[in-house]
Amino acid sequence: MTTHLDRSVGLVTTRTARVFDDAHPLTLRSGATLGQVDVAYETYGTLNHARDNAVFICHALTGDAHAAGFHDGDTKPGWWDTIIGPGKPIDTGTWYVVCANLLGGCQGTTGPSSTNPTTGEPYGLDFPLLDMGDFVEVHRALGRHLGIDHFAAVVGGSLGGMQALQWAIDHPSEVGRAIIIAASSRLTAQNIAFSAVGRQAIMRDGDFREGRFLTEGTAPRRGLAVARMMAHITYLSETGFEEKFGRSAQRGELTKNFGVDFAIESYLEHQGERFLSRFDALSYLYLTRVMDYFDPFADPQALDALLDDPVRFLVLSFDTDWRFSTEHSRRIVRHLEGARLPTSFREIHSAWGHDSFLLDIPDYHATVRAFLERAAEDLS
Amino acid sequence: MTPKARRDLWLISTLIPEGSRVLDLGCGDGELLRLLQRKGCSGTGVDMSPSNLVAAMRSGVDVIQLDLDRQLGEFADDSYDVVVLSRTLQTVRHPRHVLQEIGRIAVHSLVSMPNFAHWRNRLRLLSGRMPMSKDLPFEWYDTPNLHHSSLPDLEPLFSGLGMVIDTRIPLDASGRPHRLGNLAPNLVASSSLYLLHARR
Repeated sequence: MTTHLDRSVGLVTTRTARVFDDAHPLTLRSGATLGQVDVAYETYGTLNHARDNAVFICHALTGDAHAAGFHDGDTKPGWWDTIIGPGKPIDTGTWYVVCANLLGGCQGTTGPSSTNPTTGEPYGLDFPLLDMGDFVEVHRALGRHLGIDHFAAVVGGSLGGMQALQWAIDHPSEVGRAIIIAASSRLTAQNIAFSAVGRQAIMRDGDFREGRFLTEGTAPRRGLAVARMMAHITYLSETGFEEKFGRSAQRGELTKNFGVDFAIESYLEHQGERFLSRFDALSYLYLTRVMDYFDPFADPQALDALLDDPVRFLVLSFDTDWRFSTEHSRRIVRHLEGARLPTSFREIHSAWGHDSFLLDIPDYHATVRAFLERAAEDLS
Repeated sequence: MTPKARRDLWLISTLIPEGSRVLDLGCGDGELLRLLQRKGCSGTGVDMSPSNLVAAMRSGVDVIQLDLDRQLGEFADDSYDVVVLSRTLQTVRHPRHVLQEIGRIAVHSLVSMPNFAHWRNRLRLLSGRMPMSKDLPFEWYDTPNLHHSSLPDLEPLFSGLGMVIDTRIPLDASGRPHRLGNLAPNLVASSSLYLLHARR
């Protein structure tokens, strides 16, 4: 009999580590410092004696450290359970998998809703602006905490892929391979436009209170829900929405009113509401802004370190992704392959748009599996 | 040499200098690039078939999925030492454009193509049937081959694009150099391999 625990890493818990403290503060790219940084993380599999079988998973905008397996009492697994587990493409029988909530997040890692140790109040908008490189620094600090100074692979989708790219660029000697899925090396005006409207929805919500809503006991719930609803539209393809919902009515038949009448409206409403229970409006502002400014290849010397210490890249896109279309991935490939770095690229066919990277699409999984099986061979 | 290696690929691998950076267009499962890795060559394979791309990646060959007719512009000028186009020119929609791109991406290239004018094909046409052979194994309605050419029809295309034929190696049906060498190649060669260089 098969159960939901087959090919699962099983029961897991999120742990927390303090990776920077007042004696060893984190200096951000902006020059600002953070005295205390806690990181929420999970690990799956076993670190081998050579300590060379670690794989780091970077999550996307609204992800968390819980990538695989089940928390006690939960019926739904972690957000990337489709790909991480025994016998799965990121095989926990081979790899020691580490996933951490990123800096600026709100799922256990220090972020703008954390308490500012100097004031005893939540940071709010006093939290410093972040850079993709800051996420990477905190990931690296967690690696050191776990006794890992080299990851056989760094893997991520969307914003996670952007972190993997940044990591490979900044510290190529610490990364064997990078898998960059449905990501971008530079947002387009359209991407930034969507990002901006999401932030405006939050900041124009009367309960935002100039970012001090936590202190004042409110929350920009309407703004955050609208931001999530709109973003969610960009995560799916038109075909995906058509197949899932079409123009079907939420309750039997359409009744012409301004409420939730179409099934798609109900779905978005649900997505928006569900998001409120797990995400913080300030993190949404800070993290989306990092993506807007991300432009690693703008620096003409960006690839210098990588050329001395090449990382092997796999770049993947999905043909119906219009948030980060294949052209975004091709641009990454042009830079990497153009610099003669070992680079593979595939455009995977999928009906489901940007969120395809979370789904069990056989051709996609076969590709990741092949790339990592080869990496495992190179270990021994 | 791997015993199972395709003869023509093995031949091609012997013609590429050690340490070259090679772009293999229509790389299949990456067999040629694997042979070349043993000679200290590096490079990239290009294909469109998911199973080929996955197999190549599994074997440690870097591959980029793109359409030869439309997307060779992704590769920069002179970004490789050698481009290989083995038994693939007849399958692209715009052979002239693809050859032009090859000449832009690398000075040196190796191009092979089946010879439609092989004597067996001529006999089959005389008998009133479309040629089918080891090098042209497909029914007319179910073939990846969009273009057929003889050697005298192919070679002017190279020179018209400023690609100089350094060597022509007529091959027999098994992919070995033909024992008659360049004697009546358009009659006896089942396919033909060209070493080209692009004028700069």
